[in-house]
Formats: sequence, structure tokens, C-alpha cells
Amino acid sequence: MSFLPKPKLHHPKLPTNELGFTRRDYEGAISTLCAGCGHDSISAAIIQACWELSIEPHRVAKMSGIGCSSKTPDYFLGASHGFNSVHGRMPSVLTGANLANRDLIYLGVSGDGDSASIGFGQFAHSIRRAVNMTYIVENNGVYGLTKGQFSATSDKGSKAKKGAVNTDEAIDLVGIALQLGATYVARSFSGDKAQLVPLIKGALRHPGPAFIDCISPCVAFNNHEGSTKSYDFVREHNEAMNQLDVILGREPITTDYAPGEVREVTQHDGSILRLRKLHEEYDPTDRVAAMHHLHERKAAGEIVTGLLYIDPDPEDLHSNLGTVELPLNRLDDAALVPGAAALEKINAALR
Amino acid sequence: MPRDATNDFVVKFANVNGSGSASANQLFAKSILRMGIPIASRNIFPSNIQGLPTWFEVRVSGEGHLGRRGGVDLMVAMNPQTWDRDIAEIDPGGYLLYDSTRPMPASRFRDDIQVIGIPLTQICNANYTDARQRQLLKNIMYVGALSALLNIEPAVIEQLLAEQYKGKEKLAKPNRDAFHMGRDWALENLQCPLGLQLQRADAVGNRIYVEGNAAAALGAVYGGATVCAWYPITPSTSLAEAFERHCKRLRTEPETGRKRYAIVQAEDELASIGVVIGAAWNGARAFTATSGPGISLMQEFVGLAYFAEIPAVIFDVQRAGPSTGMPTRTQQSDLLSAAYASHGDTKHVVLLPEDPRECFDFGAASFDLADRLQTPVFVLLDLDIGMNDWLCEPFAWDDSRRLDRGKVMTAEELEAGRTFGRYLDTDGDGIPYRTYPGTHPSKGAFFTRGTSRDRFAKYTEVGAAYVDNMQRLLKKFETAKSLVPHPVERRAAEPTRTGVIYYGSSSAAMKEALSALEKDGIHLDALRIRAFPFHDDVLDFIARHDRVFVVEQNRDAQLRTLIMTEGNVDPARLIPILHYDGTPITARFIRAAIADRASAMQVVPIGAAAE
Repeated sequence: MSFLPKPKLHHPKLPTNELGFTRRDYEGAISTLCAGCGHDSISAAIIQACWELSIEPHRVAKMSGIGCSSKTPDYFLGASHGFNSVHGRMPSVLTGANLANRDLIYLGVSGDGDSASIGFGQFAHSIRRAVNMTYIVENNGVYGLTKGQFSATSDKGSKAKKGAVNTDEAIDLVGIALQLGATYVARSFSGDKAQLVPLIKGALRHPGPAFIDCISPCVAFNNHEGSTKSYDFVREHNEAMNQLDVILGREPITTDYAPGEVREVTQHDGSILRLRKLHEEYDPTDRVAAMHHLHERKAAGEIVTGLLYIDPDPEDLHSNLGTVELPLNRLDDAALVPGAAALEKINAALR
Repeated sequence: MPRDATNDFVVKFANVNGSGSASANQLFAKSILRMGIPIASRNIFPSNIQGLPTWFEVRVSGEGHLGRRGGVDLMVAMNPQTWDRDIAEIDPGGYLLYDSTRPMPASRFRDDIQVIGIPLTQICNANYTDARQRQLLKNIMYVGALSALLNIEPAVIEQLLAEQYKGKEKLAKPNRDAFHMGRDWALENLQCPLGLQLQRADAVGNRIYVEGNAAAALGAVYGGATVCAWYPITPSTSLAEAFERHCKRLRTEPETGRKRYAIVQAEDELASIGVVIGAAWNGARAFTATSGPGISLMQEFVGLAYFAEIPAVIFDVQRAGPSTGMPTRTQQSDLLSAAYASHGDTKHVVLLPEDPRECFDFGAASFDLADRLQTPVFVLLDLDIGMNDWLCEPFAWDDSRRLDRGKVMTAEELEAGRTFGRYLDTDGDGIPYRTYPGTHPSKGAFFTRGTSRDRFAKYTEVGAAYVDNMQRLLKKFETAKSLVPHPVERRAAEPTRTGVIYYGSSSAAMKEALSALEKDGIHLDALRIRAFPFHDDVLDFIARHDRVFVVEQNRDAQLRTLIMTEGNVDPARLIPILHYDGTPITARFIRAAIADRASAMQVVPIGAAAE
């Protein structure tokens, strides 16, 4: 934890992106989380991803619920509007915001308590409803702000800091997201920035419900022997399916790959997801196979990570509802108010 | 003695849910209106779709009384299941119309009523073979018989059928035939008309006949609402459905056929209000429609919207609580839970429409108020207003009116260097400026939160900053007083020191009771409250009277409590008149309750007291 204000000055030679912004322009307030918290690494990955994609910071709306993870939107994209709502209800607030203005990028940040317990229903229904968003769960398997209770993603048999053993079955949010129709589903680890940054980039460019379950160890309450969400445990059991690169425009493949080693998926907006296969047989466009694989590897004690499922041409809530192109919050009186003559016709029909 | 009355009686239909009686009963009701005679109609129905009893009551009132009267002059008893209680409800000298196909023993009737038997099933079976047709047309047939018995002009019915089945002659003809079959049978076999009669009048004027939920939904369209998120709950469901219906007609982009609105049927009431708050935060006008249980579920979010200052409109169509209560019965029992919704110190704007016309007006105004005040606004209907068709003034709209979006700082203003503090009171009215997300690349962004913050939206737990913010919210609520609809006063014919306060759907019964009380020599000044926070006129009215009756439809005198608390009024001066059995309040009830207490208090006109 740091109490010093961030210096406004920075190195004049910091690299800039297409918009002329440096990474610093995507930062937010100083984190108040514990030193070494996985969540801060995810914030850094979000900053990196937005900078690399040259996203205009003010075109992002950051939404969250309550909890350690939900505090983080204050720590990145300081030029964006943020909304720290109520516990477990970020998905509905995000859905409403998205309905009001379809032109912004919606980034929902949540935690395992927020999304798998109190807000499990809202998590599920926002995915079902195909809201165009990037939904990141910073998953540490523990309640941090209230000091160390098990969460609904704590694995059965995992041990709390004070020694209690969890007897309840864990909820696998990736499995749920796949089942309920998320069209971009990934899992990653806060300690693997090389894997995480491209996954966030792909999600931000995905025009449908994109879900990332990011395991993010809690250094204060869930980083000990016997925990299945500790840095050591995750490193040991991490089984990456692929390595993603997000490519904007047609950049040629420059690195040499063995034949069959690379797979490209073009998303609706033209961005290319270039996947370097780490598992020969894994096909990330096959949803049923993805669900099967996930269960199989889980039974074998592995934590499957990478881009697990992608539908490159998804539908979203607006296309399902058939709303107009112009954001609803920009419709003017003429478009909204039918006027006195129309009202007189209605009156006539009621006599 | 059979009852004699012209344009002043009550007809009640006892039907079985799902038997298709509703459209026949509507036809009956509308035909009376078309003859220029005011009516008040009410559905009385169970929480069920098919098979259980349902009633439709029509009060014919040439004098224009629109409240429920109580008592029945003519019972159309079409449900054997409720026969005994239906017979028992008829006023002495009243009439019973029943299907005499199956003979009933004399013991099942009463000798102080007039019995009219028509073999409806027999006539139907002789003329139709299809089972559904037999059932549906039997209803039209009794309307035909009633037209002969009560003097409904057949041309009026034919006109209504022609309008209903415009372009569908195949459907119009059997209905027309069934109507005449019933009418002819009555003319040939019964003494027509009865002592109860209709006589063409000119007392309806240009008024319309519409339900409150549909009117409120239309208000939302005119108020510029684009996002509706809701969860089905009786008696509010038809509000959201009416919004969709209105929007299809009025809000479809002509060039593309696409929608200038979005409706989400959410997974529960929590998500509904969450969607509303998210949309309103992002600059779209949004609302939800619900009832008491939904209000309970929304409490936490309402507190967020109050504290973070986000507009939201909540239509609460009240039903009888607590808990599931009587879900298809009416009450005014959510007033306190709306006014003080959520934990911590909160107060909310509450609008109290009296009829569908005000549902429309307040429905539209609620969005301006929510944006202007940046706070949740409750519009409290109840089942009686919401789900019944009421005769009311036609909807009106001034085309020069513009939607008031409130204090929203634009990119140009930010660019010009205007100071932006999300919770900074620059105008002294307690209302700060807000920005929509995405407005300006580098200025005007802020972090919205339910935690305490300073004037520039920075998180703080400093006591002074918290108090500063809470005091500003109070100031804002003070500002709201002058913006919400003002109360309406009706002075008694003679000077009096006694008053009565009422609101919402009690209005029609109250008006009628006031004129009856006046004839009894009890003069009351009356004040109809239309909103919370209370305008100064409310306290002024109480100050001008020694005693004030407070008439409402709940057990615990919620409006009285609110007045006592907010106005520091001596409880002894506010006398509760409470009706809460789930049926709409009646003039008879109010008159008796007030007359009873007034005589105990020796309420007489000031002039008389001096003599």
C-alpha cells in the first residue's frame, strides 16, 4: 500500500501509441490494495491492453460491484467514467449502461464473492442476455475485505489460512459462462502477464459477451500451503491451451511456426486472434469440446488456461432487441415524444 | 318493492375466470358510456388464470360518481360456484339474472329480490355446435338480454362490435347475431324494461375510458423513457406490457423498423432496478414497474441511486401486503417504504396520481423530475387505478414542451474550462452537475460510488465531508418541494375548522362523500396531496384547521405518519380514517366513518356553533 501521490512528471521518451498516449495516460489512482495483490497485476494488464489497442480512455465505462476486485477500476483508466455499484449487481448496472449507449466499451470487473456468490444470478443472466462487454472476475477464492472467509470458487478440500478445510463444491465460472452462451471465454493467471494482456485485448475487441476468469492470489488470506489459489499452486498446475496474439489489421506472420501450430480467428471488427497452439487437439471454436476438455483436465487436477472458446461472429443484446444504431441516450425530443396529434388519436380510440 | 332507478345503479357480473366474459362485460360497460352516461367499472379477480371466480362491477352514475358505491342492484350470476354469496350480495328489491337452463330449487333464491331466468345455455346449444363458440357467445347473449332489460340502444352495441371487429366480418356477424338472439328472447319472454333503466344523457363529454397502467406507460413514452427493465408481478405487469405496445406504435424508427427503446424482462426486481440505474447513469431515461414485494427487493439499489444521485423512475402499482398479502387486491400501503426506501438516512420523491389522467401526467413528469433532481422518483399507483378502466379527462400534451434533462455538463462547457465537481453545489439549490460517460477525452470523468465522497467525487471518510454531502442532499429535497405537483384544495361551502386530507385512488370516493357529508350538514375543507415531499401548502392547510381527517387505504395510517414526522404535526390533530380490506374505498364508508367521528367531536359549521 502506498500513500504517496503519483508523480505527474514522467520520462519524456516513454513510448506512445497511435493516439499519442503513453501508458501513464491509462493509469488511475494509486492502489490501496495489499502489496503483491494479484489484482494490481490485472489492473496493470488492463492498462497495457488498452494502451496497446489505442483505445480512447474516455470511451470506456468501468463497472464493478463491491469487494477488493471491485475497488480496482479506480486504479486504471483515470479518464474513464467508473461505477462502483452494489455487491453482486455490477452486471445489471452494466447492462443498463450498455442499453443507454451502445457506442462505449463496457469493462466489468468483479470478484469471486461478487460474481459466484451474492451476484451469481446477475453474472449468469448478463451472459445469457449476451451483453456486449468484457467481464473479468479477479478470482482469489477468498473474501479479502472481510478477512479470509471461503468464497464459492474455493476448491473443495482447499485449506483456509487458519486451517479450516472447505467442504463445499466450487463453482467454475468458466464452465458456467460456456454453458450460458458467452462467446469469448478465457482463463488466465494474474502472474502471467504475457498470457493475460492479449486475452484482455481480444476480449475488448470482441463484440459480444466476453468472460475472463483470472486467478489472482490473495497475498493476505489465500497464498499459503493447502490453498489452490496460491501463486505456487497455480504456477505448478497451470495448463495453458494456447498463446494468443491480437493483431489489428493484416500484419504478416513474422515468427516461424511449425505447420499446424498457428490458428487464426478473425473477429467481426477485423481484428485477428492469432493462437499459437500448445495443445495439438484443442479447438477453441468448438464449445461442446471446450466444456468437455475443461471437465476432463479439472478431474486430472489441472487448471486449464488460455482462450478456451471463441465465436468470432456473435450476436449481442442490441442485435437481439433490434434497437436503433444511434445510442438511446442521444435520441432527441423529436425521436422520443410522439406529440399532441398522436395523443388525440389515442384519446379517440378510448371513447 | 322492486328497485326503480334511472342512470343510478350497480350491475355486477359473476363469471368464471378464462370463460371469455371480459370482452362481453367491456361491451356492456362501453355501450353505457356511448349513451353519454358515466360509469365506474372494476374487475375483482383472483390470483389465477383459469377456473376461479371473477367479478366485474359496473356502477352507473348519471351524477358522475366514479368511486365504488358498494351494494348490488342487478346481479348477473353466471358462476354456479359463487351462487350463494352472489345472491346474498344483492340489495333488497334488486334483481338477479341467471341462466335458467338447469332448474334451481326455490331454496337457492331470496324472496326479496326479482328473479329473471333466461335459458342461455339451452339457446346457445340449440344454435351453435362448437364448444368454444357456445361459451363465448353465451356472454354476448346476456349482453343482448340486458340491452332489452335496461334499455341499451342496440345501435350503440352494433357500432361497438363493428369497431371491435373492423375488417373481420367473419367474427362480427356471429357476435351481432348472438346479441340479437339474447335481446329478442328477452323482449318476447320478459317484462322489459326493468325498474332499472338507462336513459341517454350528455354527461360523459370528451372524457376517455382507460386503465391507469396503460396511461402511466403512455406517460413514460411521452416523458422520453427509452429503457424499461421489469420483472412480472401483479398488478404492475400490464404497465410494462402497455409500454411495449405503445412503443411499437410510437417509437419505431420509420426508415429501419428498429426500436427507439429497449425493454428487458430481467431475472428479478434487483436486476430491474440495476438496469434502470445503469441506463440513467449513462444518460437514458429509464424506469421499472413493480409492486410492494419488488419495492422491498429494490431497497439497496434505491439507496445507491439516492446517495450517488442517479435518476430512476419506479412505478409501484400497490397491492395488499405485507408479504404476498392479497396480490389481486388494492391498498395504499407502500407509502412509507417508498418515501424512506433503503438503509441509512434517505428520503425520496413520491408522486400520487388520482386517476389515469394523472398517471399519464405524473408518468411523463417523473422523468423530468428524476433528471432535474438526479434522484429516484416513485410513482405510486394502486391496483384499483392501475388495472381498472376509469372515466377521466383526455390526455393532453403541449407540443412546445421540451424534455428537461437537468444539469448535465457538456463537452463544450468542460472544454471552456467550467469547474466540474460532481457533488459541488454551484447553484445553491443542492443539485450538482453531472456528466454522461464518454463526454470529453480528458475532463469531466468521475468515479460513481455508494461510498462517501467529497464534492469532487473523491472517496473520503472524513466526517465533515460526509455531513456536508448529507446536508446538501437535504437541501436538494427542499428544492424538490416546489418542483413536485402541488396539493389541490377544495374549500367547503361554509367556513369550517375541520379538514380532510386524502390522495390517490381514494379521490373519487372522497369527492362523492364530501357532497353527501355536506348534505348531512358536515362541512369539510379538503386537500388532496399529490406528492412527497409535502409542499408548504400542506402544513398551512393543517395549521388552518383544528382537526384534520386523513383518509387512506392502509392499516397503519402511513400518510398520517409521514405528515406527523415531516411536518412536526401534533398527532391529536390528525384523525385517521382507514380502509384496508383490499376492496376499493367507498363514499359510503368515508361518509359513515367521518360522520361518526364528527358527531363525537361535535363538528358543526362555525356559523351554527355561534348561534
